[in-house]
Amino acid sequence: MPKQLIKGNDALVKGAVLAGCRAFYGYPITPANEIAEAAAYYIPLAGGTFLQAESEVAAINMVYGAASAGIRAMTASSGPGISLMSEGISYIAGAELPCVVVNVMRGGPGLGNIAPEQSDYFQAVKGGGHGNYRCLVLAPATAQEMCDLTRLAFDLADKYRNPVFILADGYTGQMMEPVDFLTVDAHAQVTPEWAVDGTAETRKNLITSLYIHPDELEAHVRKLEAKYKRASEVETRWENYRTEDADVVFLGYGVVARILKSVVEMLRGRGIRAGLLRPITLFPFPSGEIRRLAKQAALFYVVEMSTGQMVEDVRLAVEGARPVEFYSRVGGNVPSAEEIFEKVLKTMEARAANSVEEVLSHA
Amino acid sequence: MPEMKQTHGKAQCFYDTYERKGELTHQTHYCPGCGHGISMKLLAEAIDELGIRDRVILVSPVGCSVFLYYYFDVGNVQVAHGRAPAVATGLKRARPDSIVISYQGDGDLAAIGSSEILHAANRGELITCLFANNAIYGMTGGQMAPTTLLGRKTTTTPFGRDKIKDGYPLHVSEVLSSLEAPVFVERVALGSTKQILAAKRAIRKAVETQVKGLGFSLVEILSPCPTIWKQDPVEAQKFVRETMAEVYPVSNKCDRTATAEPHPAPAPAPDLDELPRILKLPAAAPAGTAPRALREDLDCRIKIAGFGGQGVLLLGQLLAEAGMDDGLEVSWLPSYGPEMRSGTSNCHVRLASKPVDSPLVTKSSVLIALNEPSLDKFLEEVEPGGLVLYNGDEIPEDARRQDVTMRALPFFEIADEVGTAKAGNIVVLGALLEALPLLPAEIVDRAMARVVKGEKWLEIDRKAMERGRQAMNAVVSAVVSAVVSAVVSKEAHCHA
Repeated sequence: MPKQLIKGNDALVKGAVLAGCRAFYGYPITPANEIAEAAAYYIPLAGGTFLQAESEVAAINMVYGAASAGIRAMTASSGPGISLMSEGISYIAGAELPCVVVNVMRGGPGLGNIAPEQSDYFQAVKGGGHGNYRCLVLAPATAQEMCDLTRLAFDLADKYRNPVFILADGYTGQMMEPVDFLTVDAHAQVTPEWAVDGTAETRKNLITSLYIHPDELEAHVRKLEAKYKRASEVETRWENYRTEDADVVFLGYGVVARILKSVVEMLRGRGIRAGLLRPITLFPFPSGEIRRLAKQAALFYVVEMSTGQMVEDVRLAVEGARPVEFYSRVGGNVPSAEEIFEKVLKTMEARAANSVEEVLSHA
Repeated sequence: MPEMKQTHGKAQCFYDTYERKGELTHQTHYCPGCGHGISMKLLAEAIDELGIRDRVILVSPVGCSVFLYYYFDVGNVQVAHGRAPAVATGLKRARPDSIVISYQGDGDLAAIGSSEILHAANRGELITCLFANNAIYGMTGGQMAPTTLLGRKTTTTPFGRDKIKDGYPLHVSEVLSSLEAPVFVERVALGSTKQILAAKRAIRKAVETQVKGLGFSLVEILSPCPTIWKQDPVEAQKFVRETMAEVYPVSNKCDRTATAEPHPAPAPAPDLDELPRILKLPAAAPAGTAPRALREDLDCRIKIAGFGGQGVLLLGQLLAEAGMDDGLEVSWLPSYGPEMRSGTSNCHVRLASKPVDSPLVTKSSVLIALNEPSLDKFLEEVEPGGLVLYNGDEIPEDARRQDVTMRALPFFEIADEVGTAKAGNIVVLGALLEALPLLPAEIVDRAMARVVKGEKWLEIDRKAMERGRQAMNAVVSAVVSAVVSAVVSKEAHCHA
């Protein structure tokens, strides 16, 4: 099938429709508006519902309703809106409902700005709302992945009956790249057996996150915990780029990973064996692959457009076995490959000098 | 023995025993004299009478009525505090044949959920809301509600509700009935048997309004809360009848059931094989358009910058579209955010033989600067040996580099000659492809025919393209393209 040159945000919506999404509830916010706008056009044509809600709080609860009824449902927003949705996401996770939430990240905290950042990693990966729950988090880096990972997100949401985040950035949403949409067949909707859809068959069903007795809630929370453990075992996804012989392993996701590929090439041009580990799932996180690479690599180098969020998970995975360096830009500034390249060279020189000093002082 | 006829009994849509409750499964969790039990019974009877049990989805709120699902043998969804109308919206729109009934207390509906109820009502959602107003937060132990009467002491108004400090009792039914969309809004009370019978009629009519597909309906039920009010059930009922009803007049607030048109049934969903057409996915490529065998080392990084309205983004898109058609790996990245709104515009285009790593162009092999600020801003990042096209009669003296090829042409003046300056970006495209034969003319033309809307514009753009080629041809020698070609190859980028 021929490819279509398309913006990541539009590719995401088309992917959602092909994934069987027939309910989109949203609220305007830059830089996620194009997703809602494309959804407003395509989802009704595909026989679904689009509604601009009165707030993000209402939007996520409308998603809760549609998901309760067994319809594949989604919303899209950016940091400030995701903050408002966090209550609903906790309820959705608690009630074990599937849904897809897209966060096209912008600068924060507060109103921040509308330029790209990656400062909502903690919010998406570690929780955001209250209680013992996790969201599966996918981080697309290309327009093709904006489509493909959205389709995957709906499958994972159904499989685990849990909200799944697409954690994107403004660049991945705004850039146009060729996308092949028909890599797999369109999803045919089947009403899940647990849904409440207003029929005799589902009349005995109950959607709730309320477990009033401590033993019941403990059992429920343990069930969720086991689910997240299972997901960690089988759903972790990442891309290795020239890591096979890498001494320096970069880690970054989204648009940063794209820039880091350039940096890898520039370093290789200098004879430095560099590689990139790009997490595609942020939860579950590819800790096992990091540990494997820690046996071979001398240095990990994490780059984020945040003051250091994913780097904490990298350090947890490395467990002090190797040094983990960190470089960041924030506020909407995107680091250039040249800037990272210079920084890395300086770091490596400093490390080399230090290790010589160490050797001398021990001698 | 005379024939016996049962006139009273438990509604069928209640469970026989309340197994979800876990203990004391033959009785509800409500206090003696509480209004919720009565309201629930009236709703259950309405569901039975209308014969809709299998279709009902009941939305339970947060508050004393959180456990509706203990009792009702219907589809049940329990939701967050105040959000029932939003969840009900999602349910009803997902399943238009269902009958979605939400039940909320006054804290839930009138305080934290005031936004959700207002907008659900204003959209005319096809749902039914029952609103139990007992003027207090019951489950949390007796705090002030937005409906608490003036002067009433609660745990959070220990000196009595003060209109200056705490505001006035909120008249939800009056507020909602001021909207255009709601079809049926009525306030009823549980202060006497007569009032309860009137409440039953209103609740049934509200549900029926949804069954008939007429629109939004709500019944506000003035309801006793003896425990928190610290009254016995008889006193509490009297308080509802005499004191609450003074502040909250018991009457119909809006009834458009006689004139409202039923909402149209949703159109059937299209077949899945319709999706490629609906999503405007590309059809199969025309025959004989297989990608060419390409140079293996192409890596062209183009930055295009100018004023908004000069067609910067479209020019970049055309390059990327044609590159894709030619079998290249491509990316196109616009400036976005505040930049877009300050009147300048730029985009980054990459055309490469191998997958594009970073879509950001921070070292360009080609810079197209359509105004002087863009030239000033981006000239420095052009690779030595690269190409710069500038919109103007000549390159400004203070923006010249010896190590890059710079060409100035008045693109928009040239476009004027073919009929409109708006085609200036296409003149640029023609000039660029003349200076640097990146893409075959027929491939570019095909991409243009796909992207440009309307025959008239396509004709103008084709002329503009030709004029651009001619204009560049007049100023550039073949040597230039040979020099620049080296810069757009991969090797030149291993500059580090």
